[in-house]
Amino acid sequence: MAAEGKTIDALSQFALSPIVAGFTNSNLFMLVAAGAISALMILGMKPRAMVPGRLQSLAEVAYEFVAGMVKEQVGKEGMRYFPFVFTLFMFILFGNMLGMLPYAFTFTSHIAVTVTLALIVFILVTAVAIAIHGMRFFGYFFPEGAPVALAPIIIPVEIISYLSRVVSLSVRLFANMVAGHVMLKVFATFVVLLGGLGSLGLVGAAAPLALNVALVAFEFLVAFLQAYVFAILTCIYLHDAVHLH
Amino acid sequence: MPQLEFSNPLIFSQVFWLLVIFGALYLIVSKAALPPVASVLEERAGRIAADLERAGALKEEADRAMAEAEKALAKARAEAQAAIRASLERAKAEAAKAEADQAARLARQLAEAEARIAEARAKAEAAIGEVAVAAAQAATARLIGISPDLARVQAAVADAARG
Repeated sequence: MAAEGKTIDALSQFALSPIVAGFTNSNLFMLVAAGAISALMILGMKPRAMVPGRLQSLAEVAYEFVAGMVKEQVGKEGMRYFPFVFTLFMFILFGNMLGMLPYAFTFTSHIAVTVTLALIVFILVTAVAIAIHGMRFFGYFFPEGAPVALAPIIIPVEIISYLSRVVSLSVRLFANMVAGHVMLKVFATFVVLLGGLGSLGLVGAAAPLALNVALVAFEFLVAFLQAYVFAILTCIYLHDAVHLH
Repeated sequence: MPQLEFSNPLIFSQVFWLLVIFGALYLIVSKAALPPVASVLEERAGRIAADLERAGALKEEADRAMAEAEKALAKARAEAQAAIRASLERAKAEAAKAEADQAARLARQLAEAEARIAEARAKAEAAIGEVAVAAAQAATARLIGISPDLARVQAAVADAARG
């Protein structure tokens, strides 16, 4: 996993490889994440205990965390979309966390994946807004009370900012995961390269090793935070869709 | 950067499988995973509320029982006090009656004694007259040699005693 040869190769960890036909290593980890989420929620809740055990507590904490987020951001009527937000949050969280395991593939580091997830959110939010408000949804792009003369400026700006949600959602997650894993890989390669330089190099290798230890902890934080940000932005967009500002 | 090599068909097959897996996960989560959590949490919230309610009712009952016990205690104390006061009063009354009886008896005895003393004095006074008569008779006989008449001596003594 570390340096292949004497050069720094930080990007090969993102390379897709087919397992069966079009099913890639990335998809394998999606499957693992989906399986782990289902197992946690279904097996964890199996005891249906009044006083929960560890796994059941974890399942309940995940449920209440996302439910609280949806209720707070979207409101009571937003609980219709709770299963979706929960699936999205857990899927990204598990994808990020699984990526922290050595030799694992981080599927959230693929822009194609994050764009797909962002598009799902975008289409859902737009569909919800149109379903609830019909044609009034398009008033969203021109705030009431604004001078009509400004319409040629305001409307394109609002439309661009609405569309750019897809970009900001997907690029934020993608860039965070890529940057983190590239940094980990670069410093890990330093350790190996310096370690190969003899006894002085071993002393020198301690610094990037220590840095990597700190980085791993930081990446766990980022892994959680990015899943949280993705989910909470989804909730905020849903709020806009349900209430139109 | 492998993520941006869009000529690679794997990028798109990856997205296809992402949609399949994400869709399946959504179905599993919404149909199988979340409802039990919701029902367990609801059950627990209901149970806690019911337990709190029962605890409140039990506390109220305990408070009521406590108040009743206090009332009973206060009543018992009052009764005991009343009984003590009554028996004390009765004892006092008995003592007063006994004292009064005693005083009456003593007064009676005193009166009897006084009567006896008066009788004795009267007797003694009477006896003094007789002695005086006898002494006067004897003295007269010794002085003048004649024994005076008893009636006359008696009269003379009575006269002298009257002063």
